[in-house]
Amino acid sequence: MITSVFGVLFDGFAYGMLLFLLSVGLSVTLGMMNFVNLAHCSFGMIGGYVTVTLMNSMGWPFLATLPVAFVVAAITSVLFERTMFRRLYRASDLDQCLLTIGLVFVSVASAAYVYGTIQQPVNLPSYLRGSYTIMGVTLGAYRLFLIAISLVITALLVLSLEYTRFGAQVRAAVDNQRMARGLGINVDGAFAVTFALGSGLAGLGGALAIDIVGLDPSFALAYLVYVLIVVSVGGLGSIGGSFAAATLLGISDMAGKYYFPEIGSFLIYLVMVGLLMWRPAGLFGRRS
Amino acid sequence: MTSTSAALAGPHEHLRAQDRWRAIEVVFWLATLLPFLVTPNYLSLASQVAITALFALSLDLILGYAGIVSLGHAAFFGFGAYAAGILSKHGWGEPLSGLLFAGIAAGLLGYLMSFIIARFRHLALIMITLGFGLLLLEAANSAGWLTGGADGLQGVRMWPLLGMFRFDLYGFTAYWYSLILLFLLFLVSRRLINSPFGLSLRGIRENSTRMRAIGAESRAHIRKIYTISAAMAGIAGGLLTQTTETVSLGVLDFQRSADILVILVLGGAGRLYGGLIGAIIFLVARDQFSGINPQYWYFPIGVLLVVVVLFLPGGILGGLAQITGSERFQRMVRPLMVWRGKSP
Amino acid sequence: MQRATFLLGGLAAALLATTPANAQNTVKIGVVMSFSGQFADPGAQIDNGIKLYMKQNGDTVAGKKIEIIRKDSGGIAPDVAKRLSQEVIVRDGATILAGYDLTPNALAAADVSAQAKTFMVNMNAATSVITTKSPYMARTSFTVYQLNEALGAWAYKNGVRRAYTLVSDFGPGWDGEAAFQKGFKDAGGEIIGSARYPVANVDFTAFVQRAKDVNPDGIYIWVPGGPQPAALGKAIAERGIDKSKVKVMGQGELTYEEALKSMGDAGLGLITAFHYDYNHQSAKNKAFVAAYNAEFKRNPDMFSVGGYDGMHLIYETLKKTNGNTDPDALIAAAKGMKWESPRGPMSIDPETRDVIQTVYIRRVERVGGHLVNVEFDKIENVKDPWKARLPK
Repeated sequence: MITSVFGVLFDGFAYGMLLFLLSVGLSVTLGMMNFVNLAHCSFGMIGGYVTVTLMNSMGWPFLATLPVAFVVAAITSVLFERTMFRRLYRASDLDQCLLTIGLVFVSVASAAYVYGTIQQPVNLPSYLRGSYTIMGVTLGAYRLFLIAISLVITALLVLSLEYTRFGAQVRAAVDNQRMARGLGINVDGAFAVTFALGSGLAGLGGALAIDIVGLDPSFALAYLVYVLIVVSVGGLGSIGGSFAAATLLGISDMAGKYYFPEIGSFLIYLVMVGLLMWRPAGLFGRRS
Repeated sequence: MTSTSAALAGPHEHLRAQDRWRAIEVVFWLATLLPFLVTPNYLSLASQVAITALFALSLDLILGYAGIVSLGHAAFFGFGAYAAGILSKHGWGEPLSGLLFAGIAAGLLGYLMSFIIARFRHLALIMITLGFGLLLLEAANSAGWLTGGADGLQGVRMWPLLGMFRFDLYGFTAYWYSLILLFLLFLVSRRLINSPFGLSLRGIRENSTRMRAIGAESRAHIRKIYTISAAMAGIAGGLLTQTTETVSLGVLDFQRSADILVILVLGGAGRLYGGLIGAIIFLVARDQFSGINPQYWYFPIGVLLVVVVLFLPGGILGGLAQITGSERFQRMVRPLMVWRGKSP
Repeated sequence: MQRATFLLGGLAAALLATTPANAQNTVKIGVVMSFSGQFADPGAQIDNGIKLYMKQNGDTVAGKKIEIIRKDSGGIAPDVAKRLSQEVIVRDGATILAGYDLTPNALAAADVSAQAKTFMVNMNAATSVITTKSPYMARTSFTVYQLNEALGAWAYKNGVRRAYTLVSDFGPGWDGEAAFQKGFKDAGGEIIGSARYPVANVDFTAFVQRAKDVNPDGIYIWVPGGPQPAALGKAIAERGIDKSKVKVMGQGELTYEEALKSMGDAGLGLITAFHYDYNHQSAKNKAFVAAYNAEFKRNPDMFSVGGYDGMHLIYETLKKTNGNTDPDALIAAAKGMKWESPRGPMSIDPETRDVIQTVYIRRVERVGGHLVNVEFDKIENVKDPWKARLPK
């Protein structure tokens, strides 16, 4: 009984970290820059395809592909940021929605054209497969890996955004553009870098997620809902919030499916609606 | 869009000026009859467009006029669709009363939801509407005994409309039926928007705190318009059920909620005709593009959306209004306006 | 502008309508299925099957040129599928309907086939009831009952006594559950537990753990294609379920090619019932797989063979009617048609117009470095048992 509780907690936490990795980038772009980037999962998809291509066609090891997934997604996003997104920072949310949904459509069609509609296989190295059993609790190796990576990313993000000079500049640029510009901060640069960071994280998240959620051209749309749920429940502009929300959603989803499978499909939405009705600004949100 | 002189003359004058029919509107509605004459093979598509336009119009009432962004409006469309379908399946296939039933059912659901909706704004509001939409979808999937689950509701059979007109293979009946309902509900929306109630809604959209300060019951207003919008969406859903004699989980899908938002924003939110224009352009473009290439038609559609945002911000109608409202354009067309006696 | 497209489209349609001389020597087939969206890959594979058949057999049959008109229903959308089926008949002049990947869409299109009296070949959708909805429809895929009731009976015969079922919580999953349980219980087995997982489920550990907790000697799984089979296979291995002691069984999607590639060794030992696999050992299939690979750079799957055999059925019926597209003549010709498909012998049941074929029981093994489904048992001439129970 006790071991099953621990097992559910561990699996739920790992699932939560998967949600966190997919959505942390959006919590940067939407949360900090206030840009409604519905194409977030398209950048995730880029990361996924980069990893799959490097592994299957060029024989790269899985771990080595991860930084490349980050960099390619980040560079692609900067191209779009400089040519399109930048012009819409002050446009209405609805225009931002429409533009990014348009890009999602384009990305879905492009992926289908280049890679076909086939489900892309990912073959993980043996040390990430299988599981360890510790005191009766089964711990999946890849799940441990996901948890470790999430913790590292959270720590790095919080440190770099809260405690470095660059982080302070970004926050200043986002909070008050004119004032920041007046202080000599390179606002354009800060925005581009932040956007690249968010999309790079999406790419990394995509690469890490495909072993569990699979990869085909519908990726760009299929996980959008989950990502939005995590960011809104966490609260805009809060990395810690996303982390907490993802943990909470992951564990409640897993526990619900284990103990009450009849209502398993309702749970994640019920939890979201309940949490948002209780705290409309999200768990850690400063503004709504 | 607004003529300044009327606005100065007081709110009632302003509303009356808004309510006056413009020539271009008459042309638009006459043009909706063209498919009967010019493209009789496209009537099924045309009825699909009319139904989608009605759905988009219902979303426009809450989004464009009251500022309630919803990513779950398919809940009401789907609820109406299932209501009409289940009624017909159990032996009552009369279309008009079925449609009324669909509207009332969805309206009731909307009324209940509106108590929650009215309390929230911004992202929380969007996500709560999305959450309720998905919960309803899951409920419809689980309640297989009622809805037929993933296979869709079987056994929907409609009686002839008014006892005379069968729903034919060519979509002839389907189109004029949908078109008349679209027109009637458009008239209702138009009156609603150009009434003092509509004006206070726009006030709520712009600044709800201030509206409360001047004594406008903003939450009661929101509840009212949300209920009306839900009922209209339900009627649109019911129309889809009746004209196609099918209902499936697709009517409640997130994709449907997202598509209708895209359609409305593409046409231009907050402009009555926005949803109509959006539905025509989106569905006709989709039909043509997917006819050319059934696999990659998402690409040109996506490009279309991007181009509209970049060059016509505020949607097609919003962008056009901005262009036609600009100094340069005004200077260009002023001679024509004088001729039409419309110069200020 | 939108008016302009409308007008242009109308003009094109009008032109088509005024040139019937051409139509005399052409048979138009409207292929309606998902070419985009979540179900784009099945659509693409069915279409590949169609293309390959036409490449091998030419685009002329019984003196008529075959023309395919492809329409995208874009996912679960019976209203769209129905409209497109209507349009392809009234607008484009199609006299045969084909394709149909998803049950709701096929059911809606069946209405059109029945009303407009159009010969319809269902190349995939696998719910039993579909073919009863139009007297002009035949099916070249399989039915969920056909495969899984056979699997249930097979499981008991091969030593499983206490089984647990885990299925996707929607129509086809419920069918799979009911079919397996029926076959299994009728043979004498006991179902000791069951669960249905949400359609959009991502992580399966909780469900697999529940199954493991009740200690069955057989676990039955029904899962649609996509990313879920791989996730399930991995979860089963990760939870330490020993497949030499507990038989883990399912319908063939559980071990489709890409899923096995993702699973790796975790997939070894999974048992599935299916009607087709690219690894099926026959000369006919070897040639089919080779030609398919040459054309599309990938292996055929159950969707491909559904499209391929569907085209075969259309070609052969047209030959029998001598190019006549009268629906009554076509369906009469289709009834009882027998042929050797890449999947093995198959035929169209003259009573139900449904497919009769061999159900293969396969186990995942490593052959020449790859994981493949190896057939080790088979049940021949299986009819759809669901229809056999219908009151006549």
